[in-house]
Amino acid sequence: MTEITPEIVAEHGLSPDEYDRVLEILGREPNLTELGIFSVMWSEHCSYKSSKKWLKTLPTSAPWVIQGPGENAGVVDIGDGLTAVFKMESHNHPSFIEPYQGAATGVGGILRDVFTMGARPVANLNALRFGAPDHPKTRHLISGVVAGIGGYGNCVGVPTVGGEVNFHPDYNGNILVNAMTVGIAPADRIFYSKASGVGNPVVYVGSKTGRDGIHGATMASAEFTAESEEKRPTVQVGDPFTEKLLIEACQELMATDAIVAIQDMGAAGLTSSSFEMASKGGLGVALALDRVPMREAGMTPYELMLSESQERMLMVLEPGKEPLAEAIFRKWDLDFAVIGHLTDTGRMVLTWHGDTVADLPIDPLAEAAPEYDRPWTPTPTQAVVDAAVVPEVPWTEALPTLMGSPDLASRRWIWEQYDHMVMGDTVQRPGGDAAVVRIHGTDRGLAMTTDCTPRYVRADPVMGGRQAVAEAWRNLTAVGARPLAVTDNMNFGNPEKPEIMGQFVGACQGLAEACRVLDFPVVSGNVSLYNETEGRAIPPTPTIGGVGVIASLDRMATVAFKAPGEAILVVGETTVPREGGGWLGQSLYLRELCNREVGAPPPVDLEHERAVGDAVRDLIEAGRVSACHDVSDGGLLVAVSEMALAGDLGATLEGLAETPAALFGEDQGRYVVTVPADQVEAVLADLGPLARRIGTTGGAGAAATITLGDASVPLSALREAHEGWLPGVMGA
Amino acid sequence: MKSAVIVFPGSNCDRDVAVSLERTTGHAPLMHWHGDSALPEDLDLIVIPGGFSYGDYLRCGAMAARAAVMPAVRRAADRSVAVLGICNGFQVLCETGLLPGALMRNRDLRFLCKDVYLRVETTDTIFTSHYGPGQVIRIPIAHHDGNYVADLPTQCMLEDEDRVVFRYCDAGGKTTDEANPNGSLDNIAGILSEERNVLGLMPHPERLADPRLGGTDGQPLFASLLEALS
Repeated sequence: MTEITPEIVAEHGLSPDEYDRVLEILGREPNLTELGIFSVMWSEHCSYKSSKKWLKTLPTSAPWVIQGPGENAGVVDIGDGLTAVFKMESHNHPSFIEPYQGAATGVGGILRDVFTMGARPVANLNALRFGAPDHPKTRHLISGVVAGIGGYGNCVGVPTVGGEVNFHPDYNGNILVNAMTVGIAPADRIFYSKASGVGNPVVYVGSKTGRDGIHGATMASAEFTAESEEKRPTVQVGDPFTEKLLIEACQELMATDAIVAIQDMGAAGLTSSSFEMASKGGLGVALALDRVPMREAGMTPYELMLSESQERMLMVLEPGKEPLAEAIFRKWDLDFAVIGHLTDTGRMVLTWHGDTVADLPIDPLAEAAPEYDRPWTPTPTQAVVDAAVVPEVPWTEALPTLMGSPDLASRRWIWEQYDHMVMGDTVQRPGGDAAVVRIHGTDRGLAMTTDCTPRYVRADPVMGGRQAVAEAWRNLTAVGARPLAVTDNMNFGNPEKPEIMGQFVGACQGLAEACRVLDFPVVSGNVSLYNETEGRAIPPTPTIGGVGVIASLDRMATVAFKAPGEAILVVGETTVPREGGGWLGQSLYLRELCNREVGAPPPVDLEHERAVGDAVRDLIEAGRVSACHDVSDGGLLVAVSEMALAGDLGATLEGLAETPAALFGEDQGRYVVTVPADQVEAVLADLGPLARRIGTTGGAGAAATITLGDASVPLSALREAHEGWLPGVMGA
Repeated sequence: MKSAVIVFPGSNCDRDVAVSLERTTGHAPLMHWHGDSALPEDLDLIVIPGGFSYGDYLRCGAMAARAAVMPAVRRAADRSVAVLGICNGFQVLCETGLLPGALMRNRDLRFLCKDVYLRVETTDTIFTSHYGPGQVIRIPIAHHDGNYVADLPTQCMLEDEDRVVFRYCDAGGKTTDEANPNGSLDNIAGILSEERNVLGLMPHPERLADPRLGGTDGQPLFASLLEALS
């Protein structure tokens, strides 16, 4: 038997203090298998030991929330006896090491979290951050990640309908791959992970267990170094075909009364799933590991417990339902094995051909999981940038530059590699403010989006946290949806550094404030810390995935200009017209045209945000606007240009100061809408000081331009800049 | 009209085409499991749907072509039952030999999902009688392996026998190289069997057969079948 040395303890990512706690709980030395189990259960990834204290401060309830954080995914009521089940999760480290498989298994994992709860997945989204476009690794990472996301989602047959991408040199050594799945389940058939019924069989289904991914959870809980790439074998390999079979088999079994509890085997595989199910039920579990279906000979109990092989599920069945369940899984050519049963001992007892190889108390291990109140320092306040001192580039030059800049250019090259139409319900494809998927068999829709502006969060975590939530809420509102809830994916650096912990604390505060005012609670989430390479942290990136519901698809807005001669209105300016107007701190104008990333980010006035959004949604629901788009990155002129490109119709603008601040300032809480000419007076009268007219649509085909004052830019030039950038980078 | 959709492990457009069939024809198709070797004798239409049958492992469509149900599909085709293979279904039909040629990896080696324009090359079929000759329609593609190849005699035969049903084209109907999304020989997007009762095509007509989804150019294909087979 392997002797447990301090080196072995350290290799398992446990601190000496934590190891002392292991000795205390067991009253003896652990064996290697037991040490491995402690290691993964107490890893940052599984225990949330640094983040728990702050996550508890997020609002998680609303009358429509059926299940908040703590289960595989969040569940919200969407009416008609149906629920939306969703969550977002990161797969950052694996995707950097092996982009195709890392991203693919990220999609696979989040799909399982959702269909474990009884939902049929109906949409995937993602949020990606890459390094500088000209960094030698970036192209390789983009092509691998995009192919991996597509390779998995396309095969499983769940449309990838939306997402976001940012580029910044500070992601050069640590990209972010956040994947989100949205599913739909009947409200009366939601499945949970809490085990019950002493003696009930514990069943393993799905793929066989191999040696892949051992210690993935521990890897995700440490900083990156140059040697990390040697950890490629800890990246799992995905098999979307098996996942597709698993979805269908689970859906078939879930239509019966056979399942007591179900949990997917994600991070920390069999250890985490069996532990969580037993722990939630206050029970014990006995597993005969030799019965686990194995991919290769000679596997040890240690490896079986720590493997992160994909496409596996653990279930507790009603007694006597094993033959029914087995027949379904065999029909779908999947493995099925009764590997143990629930006990009343409160212990996890693992055997290997009859010999006990681990015997651990469940509650003490779960309850004693470390929880840290890490020291933190608030992020220093940035000075507000005085718009008057920002260099003025003529808008006719600035606009094409911005439209073709890395963070604003079209993502078509990416989303054309994702099947975004399979399942036949995608009513708003990628490229709009939010994707919209019809609720199958109805005329209602689910709107969904992912959002975060990391440069704002870095400059001011509280304001940036607010903004991420507000932008998700705004994007849902812009298609006419009623925002329901969010999932958060908190990507940060090393929490043991007080300034990083300060970013996390600030972002949680901002998130909480926004969620509260906007009635937009957090129902699920994931934390990814230690996103650092060689001591350099990523920009703090709390990605928000938002979901909303559209009551009638007849009353839905899209970004495209619809007809010439319609009035263009901006809704939500705080001062009309703004004196010298516009917020340029942390704007893309400042970054792309002045090469400066400075200043305080635009403030988010949540009460204003809510008032403006509610007014805009009322207009959409009443069918009074013909197009709607929120104003975000790049400011007003970029928003108008995006609407023009989508509709292939130009715009003539008036009453706008020709200053960078007015045209490219990133003031929050604004929308651009179009209104048919004969209704514009009525709409303006109803909105009062919230809205003003800034122009008229018109000019099609080659004659289409964006015109302001005496100058104009042809739409074709904007399209070339906008559509050309990413294919240019990717050499295709 | 009685139709069946074959469901292989990994099929994922089976429900989509069933929805379109029912929407257009008023008849819900039978969903037939690949492992069941007996097909009903009175079928008018068999659909091999899109997706990733058997994960597209080995070669797209290769394993599905050897599934238990396929001899029955072949016998039905020989009896002049209409067979429609969409995307992965087209690949399966080529692998079974019910259609000539093969589908290789796309020219630029990437999966591609987008709307494309197709020119209707013949309306003398049970699948396209509701289109106009030379009509340009907009239909989505979603595939990694849609690059149609065939040897020269096959190409000539398809041309001579009026068996090319759809070609990729631009909005104006020109079959340019730029309008060819995957490198297919002669911009071929769909072909018929010799007896004209088997159609394989890479684009997905079922994805634009509902105004809510942004277009209805796929609908006449199902309407043509309804008229021919009722």
